[in-house]
Amino acid sequence: MSRADDAERNAGTSRSDRPKRSKGAERSERAERIRQVMREEGDAIARNAREHDAGRKAATEDLPEYEALRERARETKEDAIENLPELVERLRESVEANGGHLYVADDAADANRYIVEAVGDAETVVKSKSMTTEEIEVNDALAAAGVEPVETDLGEWVIQLADESPSHLIGPAIHKRREEIVELFAEEFDLADPPETAAELTAFARERLGERIREADVGMTGANFVVAESGTIALVTNEGNARKVAATPDTHVAVSGVEKIVPTVADLEPFVNLLSRSGTGQDLTAYTSLLTPPVESPVPDFDAPDEPLSDIDGSGTAASPDREFHLVLIDNGRLAMREDEDLRETLYCIRCGACANSCGNFRSVGGHVFGGETYTGGIAGGWEAGIEGLDVAAEFNDLCTGCSRCVPACPVKIDIPWINTVVRDRINRRAAEGSDFAFLPDGLAPDAEPAGLDLGRRFVGDFATLAKWGHRTAPLANRLSNAGPVRAALERVVGIDRRRDLPEFASESLVEWFDRRGGSRVSLAEADRDAIVYPDTYTNYVDVERGKAAVRTLEALGVHVRVPSLPPSGRPPLSQGMVATAEERAHDLYAALAEHVDAGRDVVVVEPSDLAMIRSEYERFLEPDSFERLAGTSYEVLEYVYGLLENGASIDALAHGDDATRNGELAYHPHCQARTLDLEEYTLAVLERAGYDVRTSDTECCGMAGSFGYKAEYYELSIDVGEPLVEDFGGTDRTLVASGTSCGEQLDALLDRPARHPVELIAPPESASRERRDRGR
Amino acid sequence: MSTETTFLESLSELDVEVTRTTPESCADAIDDATVGEAIGVPLPDGLALPPAVTDRPTNGDLETADTGVTPAVLGIAETGSVHLESDRAGTELVSLYPRRHVAVLRVADLVPDVATAIDRLGPDLRAGGSGVIATGPSATADMGSLVVGAHGPSEVHVVLVEAGQ
Repeated sequence: MSRADDAERNAGTSRSDRPKRSKGAERSERAERIRQVMREEGDAIARNAREHDAGRKAATEDLPEYEALRERARETKEDAIENLPELVERLRESVEANGGHLYVADDAADANRYIVEAVGDAETVVKSKSMTTEEIEVNDALAAAGVEPVETDLGEWVIQLADESPSHLIGPAIHKRREEIVELFAEEFDLADPPETAAELTAFARERLGERIREADVGMTGANFVVAESGTIALVTNEGNARKVAATPDTHVAVSGVEKIVPTVADLEPFVNLLSRSGTGQDLTAYTSLLTPPVESPVPDFDAPDEPLSDIDGSGTAASPDREFHLVLIDNGRLAMREDEDLRETLYCIRCGACANSCGNFRSVGGHVFGGETYTGGIAGGWEAGIEGLDVAAEFNDLCTGCSRCVPACPVKIDIPWINTVVRDRINRRAAEGSDFAFLPDGLAPDAEPAGLDLGRRFVGDFATLAKWGHRTAPLANRLSNAGPVRAALERVVGIDRRRDLPEFASESLVEWFDRRGGSRVSLAEADRDAIVYPDTYTNYVDVERGKAAVRTLEALGVHVRVPSLPPSGRPPLSQGMVATAEERAHDLYAALAEHVDAGRDVVVVEPSDLAMIRSEYERFLEPDSFERLAGTSYEVLEYVYGLLENGASIDALAHGDDATRNGELAYHPHCQARTLDLEEYTLAVLERAGYDVRTSDTECCGMAGSFGYKAEYYELSIDVGEPLVEDFGGTDRTLVASGTSCGEQLDALLDRPARHPVELIAPPESASRERRDRGR
Repeated sequence: MSTETTFLESLSELDVEVTRTTPESCADAIDDATVGEAIGVPLPDGLALPPAVTDRPTNGDLETADTGVTPAVLGIAETGSVHLESDRAGTELVSLYPRRHVAVLRVADLVPDVATAIDRLGPDLRAGGSGVIATGPSATADMGSLVVGAHGPSEVHVVLVEAGQ
């Protein structure tokens, strides 16, 4: 992508005119808002999101063709967005041939102008749930024109009455507890004896809304999919209100984003099969309406109750009912997103909400924190950036930590973390232009970012530089960094929460230790394999013990190990949205590893987030062949051990769970990105083979997510996200195990005891490897 | 497993009642499946509604009837769905407004899965037809917990008609 273009484009968008506040004040305001939403809405959100996520997993796991469906859905969307202008014209022909009207609205105002005109002198418009009509705020436009809009989806109705915004793509009121709805109804309808149970509340709503639907002049729906070849719209619903709204009044207005078009009826199939499974875990929702309006259903006239509904008696045909249909397709930034290499994928979204349900942060705060004007959850980053602009996207962009748990949940395989990273990069760059440091030449920066980049971002993003410095000056750096005044300054200037322990730097790095011990204890001649243990920043400078354990483990399994000094992977800058810096790091690391790869050496990675970088994000940075070569020969350390064991190495060479020094009972929290790469199975298998009794957490993300949990405004949220781990493991004295450094820090903070890397539990002691070397001589 | 068996299992998972019958006994089966005041739309293929079911409902009947009886033109075995056409006789409305929906489906109109169903519905949709793939009763989780019976019917009963003798 061209970042210069982005910066130029973004510079043109509006900027906030708020008076400048200190960073610290902004951070505490933000923390307070998050605290309030967690308190008021967190429990209801968490319960709903977890239920739906469990439903999705159950519904997709036993669907053998799930991956094939995702592939087809993805391909269909890619082609449809590619050919969108042609599809719009084809759809126009179909709709008009059917007797309906098609209007493509440039923006919200244009759409609302058309809709107000189309509904004419209607008194009431009944609506079924449509996020697109929330986006264009059609209710305000209708009200301004003297038309009453009535939401009939029960959740939408609740938030319409409460005058709130949706907190979830498919469950707009999931943040509301039942008791709050009881209160709302009591107040709104002046009820002395309000309905109490969910069933009573539903019956009450059905009654009230049924009346509104019967008397309405116009029905307004969204559309989940629109078929170009036939003019058919698909509506995927559960309550039945969309059916009533579309069939009862004589005028139907459907409002849909222009991206919802698919070419043919047959193309609906993968989406129909995926949408409800991904959203609610149902194989199909109660109703999948396939309407090619104007529909043939008779128009019921409730003012003439004794008249026959239809004059058809089964033998003859009645005159076609006098129905009117308008399809309003909304551009509102979408066609520009189509031209934007990085935001384009957003248009493949089918609005199932799986990214929100699978997201640790979302489960704690919901869409009122993790969301923009209309859209919520991970994918909202793309929608809001494209539709509303960077100002709105910036309000919640931090909430995506790149943990990647939404990636396997997305039915159209959108790389949601990447979209949020790119949006973060754009936000950074735009903010940098207005910074006090913008006058500095960019070349002075230790990275590839503009001089004015936010200090907090730079501090965390350039962790590799910091760690190197900390290691050289340890233990002074460690003493200094944990001193009160320094922590206060760190919190004020770069936003590192003082309640977090900072990493302690080792005075001897892994590379130095390896040199000092004289290199590998397994000579090349006697080795089965030749492998690099990658000294990632944490393993090299902070948690050196796990690196040593990796070396000893591989040697015990007959591997000649090398630990050369290598550049960092670029994960921390990527997390901070410093894409150019991350890309530079990718090129540097590949250059440094290329000869090793050419020599047939394996690359073994201890830190899962670095491996995920190499296996996933590097695809965007490296030449395709380079990426394939490096990704194809890089392994997570326990994955590598598993491979060695499968290929004949003996588990007996490793330490065992029944060693007297250990109780053999483990509590293992898999790293989020490792889970996305399906790596946790290897760790589990190896630990079990080594005789351990392992309890695995199914918590998606520990909440630390790299540096997220260190930030002052997110510290409490981070702890809340990790809360399920306390439920999982709090009551046991099992040894805590985590592969990710930050997961380990978080477990320690939550449970007050240290976590170990799995490789440390299988590594033989250094004395054993000395003996091995001596025997080999 | 036969398509019919799969369909029956799927219906059972959805808590949808089913009666298997023949063309000759169809009217009786429908009669047994209705509750309260029942309205219906005429059935195809010479199948008859029982006399107790009003086959020319009024507009007002939509509000007051307890049961709506309609034909279903297609059934999907793997999901337990029935396809209801938006026809001029009012199938969409009669299947939607009353609390209980009785769908009359021929075994011959069962298809194994969603893919086959959409394939089968293609020509009709391309010719301007409309309908709904209905899977179990209407439901909502918006009021704090799952409630069966939201805007649409809370009970669904399928009368499955075997091939005629």
